[in-house]
Amino acid sequence: MHPAFSVIFLTTLIGAGQGLFLALITGQSYSALKLLPSQDSTDFYGMGAVIVLVLLIGGLIASFFHLGHPERAWRSAAMWRTSWLSREVIALPALMGLVFVYGLMQFMGWDTVLFTSAAGANLQLTMIVGIFGALATFALFLCTGMIYACLKFLQEWHSPLTVINYTLLGTASGFLLATAFANQNAPELMRFFGIWAIIITVAAFITRAASLVRNSRIKAKSTIQTALGVRHAKIQQKTMGFMGGAVNTRDFFNHVSITMMKNMKWIFIVLTFIAPLITLWYGMDQADSGWLLAAFIIQYVGLIAERWFFFAQANHPQNLYYQTI
Amino acid sequence: MTQLALIIDLNVCVGCHACVTSCKEWNTSGTSGFLTDENPYGKDPTGTFFNRVQTYEIGEFPATETLHFPKSCLHCEDPPCVPVCPTGASYKRKEDGIVLVDYDKCIGCRYCSWACPYGAREIDETQKVMKKCTLCVDRIYDEELPESERKPACVLACPTNARLFGDVHDSESDVSNMIREEGGYQLMPEWGTKPANHYLPRRKTRMRIHEDELQRADNPLKKEERGPSAPVDAPTLDDSTSW
Repeated sequence: MHPAFSVIFLTTLIGAGQGLFLALITGQSYSALKLLPSQDSTDFYGMGAVIVLVLLIGGLIASFFHLGHPERAWRSAAMWRTSWLSREVIALPALMGLVFVYGLMQFMGWDTVLFTSAAGANLQLTMIVGIFGALATFALFLCTGMIYACLKFLQEWHSPLTVINYTLLGTASGFLLATAFANQNAPELMRFFGIWAIIITVAAFITRAASLVRNSRIKAKSTIQTALGVRHAKIQQKTMGFMGGAVNTRDFFNHVSITMMKNMKWIFIVLTFIAPLITLWYGMDQADSGWLLAAFIIQYVGLIAERWFFFAQANHPQNLYYQTI
Repeated sequence: MTQLALIIDLNVCVGCHACVTSCKEWNTSGTSGFLTDENPYGKDPTGTFFNRVQTYEIGEFPATETLHFPKSCLHCEDPPCVPVCPTGASYKRKEDGIVLVDYDKCIGCRYCSWACPYGAREIDETQKVMKKCTLCVDRIYDEELPESERKPACVLACPTNARLFGDVHDSESDVSNMIREEGGYQLMPEWGTKPANHYLPRRKTRMRIHEDELQRADNPLKKEERGPSAPVDAPTLDDSTSW
């Protein structure tokens, strides 16, 4: 498939936003259980929610560039019964609404303690909203992943690994951002988020590597024989019926060399997993916001490469009909 | 239930592109707007077509065969492009099984074109909506036209009658008979999309002649010959029988 930058930015930006929100809620629940020191609601949770919203809105804006008729985008919530894209269109604003409410409550201090356990753990109102937000986050990861995983003849995508990778890569990127953010606004939590960022990045590396191995072994179900219904081992296209290009030749091919694909694979492996881990480790050691932010940015660039590769690797069966001019 | 469809006879298609041009002509002049055609006479012509004819070579020289292969939307009975549409712009009509796009609802997200394994959907790059073969839905029900002309433009244009149009759910229709009797098949059956359009294979009429048919055992010429006579001193029939 031809990688569309609108979709690459959409998925990477909202992934980072969702991951950061999960990080905030993880931090808050540890604090509620008195496992971590509690943080300032405005400086940490409130500002964190603002960053999450900025990332989600950025992703939403990027997605509009993918549409031919952005003014009709509201219609796309209609078919949620059958379409994962429609479900994503509902889940994204739902998450944005919950993050907005969560952030507003943190800024305004609307944070009544609803329940206190014998051990002194507090259940606060923002925690309830946060838990619903976390559920919406996972729902959104599921929708985003399933948009690709549900297309059964795009065999590279048709796997549970697609959903798992979207979830883990987004979460890793969010926790990495949370580490840099915490170093600035809540230094006690920096190591907590940093360790989680390492764990999730390693987990994402394992599942992404698994999908690379899986995809390298895929045997295409469709062949030129099934595409034409002709039983002969040697069939060669002589013409696709037109001499200029068409949507079929532009949208469904990645238009890059095999060398470029191989290079891109290594670029994304280094930039998404190896380089950020080293940078993060050094940044955590030095407690330096610059290095921690650099780790996030390096991984974000790596994720753009990873998403590009994800699209470029998928081989659409319609390409069988467009092999030569 | 009705399922309108095209049957394409690969045995007689000569690859003349008459169906392509007549389709483009009819559908670019319709009420739903033109079909984009950029630089039609320029360096990189590109545009939207509902139907394209491709050519393949089967086998290796000198034992080759040319296959002209028209390809348009197959109006699948289980169309994968319909459920993925987020707006409901893409739909399959219950009354005749035609898969259509509502151009006023389409947001141009291209997701349905990803979901079609046949590459039958093409986004119109001027109008930014998804387009595809409509089986000339604005023709086949038009009572202003004489009944013989209420067929898709490509069917009417085909000079070799390689394109047939009819209801594939009616087992007595001409198209069902053709599928049944001439070995009609579907494209990429592995995806379970159940395309309504069928293709009839290349068929060769061969006379099968066996060796013993060239050397006839009961050659009448041989009857003219004298049969071998018995030796002179052999007993006659009278010698060996007595009564």
